[in-house]
Amino acid sequence: MQRYLATRLLALIPVLLGILAVVFLLIRLIPGDAVQLFLGTQVEMTPDQMAELRRFFGVDKPIWAQFVDYLGRILRGDFGVSLRTSRPVLPDIMARLPLSFQLAMFALVIALAIAVPLGILSAVTRNSAFDVLTRIGGLLGLSMPNFWLGAMLILVSSRYLNVSLGQYVPLRQNPLGTLESLYLPAIALGVAIAAILMRYIRSSLLEVLGQDYVRTARGKGLRASAVMLRHALPNAMIPVITVVGFQMGYLLGGTVVIEEIFALPGMGRLVLRAIFQRDYPVVQGVVLTIALLFVVTNLVVDLLYAWIDPRIRYG
Amino acid sequence: MPGSIRASDTGRTPAAAGPRLGTGWRWWARRFLRNRVAPIGFVIIFASVVVAVTAPAIVPYDVRAMSPQDALTPPGGRYFFGTDEFGRDVFSRVLLGSRVSLVVALFSVLTAVALGTSVGLAAGYYGGWWDSVSMRAMDIIFAFPAILLAIAIMAVLGTSLFNLVIAIGIVYTPQFARVARAAVMGVRSLEFIDAARALGMGNARIIGRHVVPNVMAPMIVQISLSLSLAILSESALSFLGLGTRPPTPSWGNMLSDGRQLLELAPWNAVFPGLAIMIVVLGFNLLGDGLRDLLDPRLR
Repeated sequence: MQRYLATRLLALIPVLLGILAVVFLLIRLIPGDAVQLFLGTQVEMTPDQMAELRRFFGVDKPIWAQFVDYLGRILRGDFGVSLRTSRPVLPDIMARLPLSFQLAMFALVIALAIAVPLGILSAVTRNSAFDVLTRIGGLLGLSMPNFWLGAMLILVSSRYLNVSLGQYVPLRQNPLGTLESLYLPAIALGVAIAAILMRYIRSSLLEVLGQDYVRTARGKGLRASAVMLRHALPNAMIPVITVVGFQMGYLLGGTVVIEEIFALPGMGRLVLRAIFQRDYPVVQGVVLTIALLFVVTNLVVDLLYAWIDPRIRYG
Repeated sequence: MPGSIRASDTGRTPAAAGPRLGTGWRWWARRFLRNRVAPIGFVIIFASVVVAVTAPAIVPYDVRAMSPQDALTPPGGRYFFGTDEFGRDVFSRVLLGSRVSLVVALFSVLTAVALGTSVGLAAGYYGGWWDSVSMRAMDIIFAFPAILLAIAIMAVLGTSLFNLVIAIGIVYTPQFARVARAAVMGVRSLEFIDAARALGMGNARIIGRHVVPNVMAPMIVQISLSLSLAILSESALSFLGLGTRPPTPSWGNMLSDGRQLLELAPWNAVFPGLAIMIVVLGFNLLGDGLRDLLDPRLR
């Protein structure tokens, strides 16, 4: 396991450098240079003053040297300063990270709670009316825009159920309040993942049920429930773990859209406001943070996978 | 976006294992019609394309004409889907909105196919350092949540239809690179490639004549599923104000307006969303059906 962990961590380095390079270069794609962006269009300056400022910001250096500077700053935890509020970017992001992360995790829990039982029942009752209905439901869930589902949930709960959406309550203050303020957004975000996982669990279980070892287990007279719980399910669920890792990107990215529709003060709303205010350091910071979060959650899922399935560790 | 996993689903089995595409149109048409889901998907998509093409001619009202006296009329009567806060006909706007969705989806997926297939074919066929470098680059795009990368690209490039196509195209490129690479790896070492080389065929000709046709099956499935994801991405970006801008009606920006009227006139948000769902469902059904048809091992 330690060797696997080491190789996984080493393999992470080029990916992290790549992510940093993309985030760094994104801002270089904007027409106009960094100094001009910082000053805005109102300020008039002589070419000499501009050159002075360029030196000050370090943007007169070759691009690779600028990238090295950028890496150094990120490693020291310096994500730059907001062009609008003049505050450091990182603390603002850190203050909003818990909400976005909790929302993504909550959505995942809801997705699993829907997908696992339905996927299993669907596979076991293959081609029954229940199976067909669940599969149609899965296709619909997959085809629904999550932000539209969010809007519909708001509509139904406020108009017909008279449930008002509460303000976000931090987890440390009142965990139940957090759940209450996040459950509708988490459903909106989680339904598509539930559909994907359900389809995957169904086909994975069907595949396993056709394997020789399941036939052997049946053949030696085990009860159906024992065959299912001891032999079929564990093997069918293993590949599902990787799918979960894959979908973390959808969950983390999706928070941007979902926070917007539910007016939740997470990283998503921070980045959208920054985009419209052309506050590029904040945009860079949030994109980098979410991408890093994705990489880390993916790593955790991979390690979990290797821990559960020895074939990966020693393969 | 969800469904990225399907990339690996289709990539898992090289095309070489599936039936060849050139087995005669009649045979394929019969199998297509016997499939339970593909024809439904095809009909939905065909109908949406017809609507998109003919929309300017068939819409009952001018989509930009404001009639304040009819503002926020509920569905029914003269206005099938009701009207928005300016008295514009929601039905006409939904019909016309199909154009943006389908055009952006089509061109962004074409961009992704062109970029991704070239990278993937070259990587799989030549191997070596080119394979590692290009596929690592694809991994880095994959390391970003898709919608987040599209948002970041739009933030930098600015909102326009062209930039929307570029942003979504880049985001879905790695999936095609992976599908193409996996498929090439599957056929690369097969005998007919060696035979072609022994006959003195050049690399370009071998790729064009023998490798590409074998990549077609997983490619077609991936295209259909990517179109559904591209439509969802476009609508999300437009919803956030990073895609198509008013007054051009698109399902995403209609939803963005409709959200403000959720309490007062919910039909402004309900119908554009249903339209997205139906078209996306069409591509999903077609993609699922085609996968069953082209890749019997996954059935």
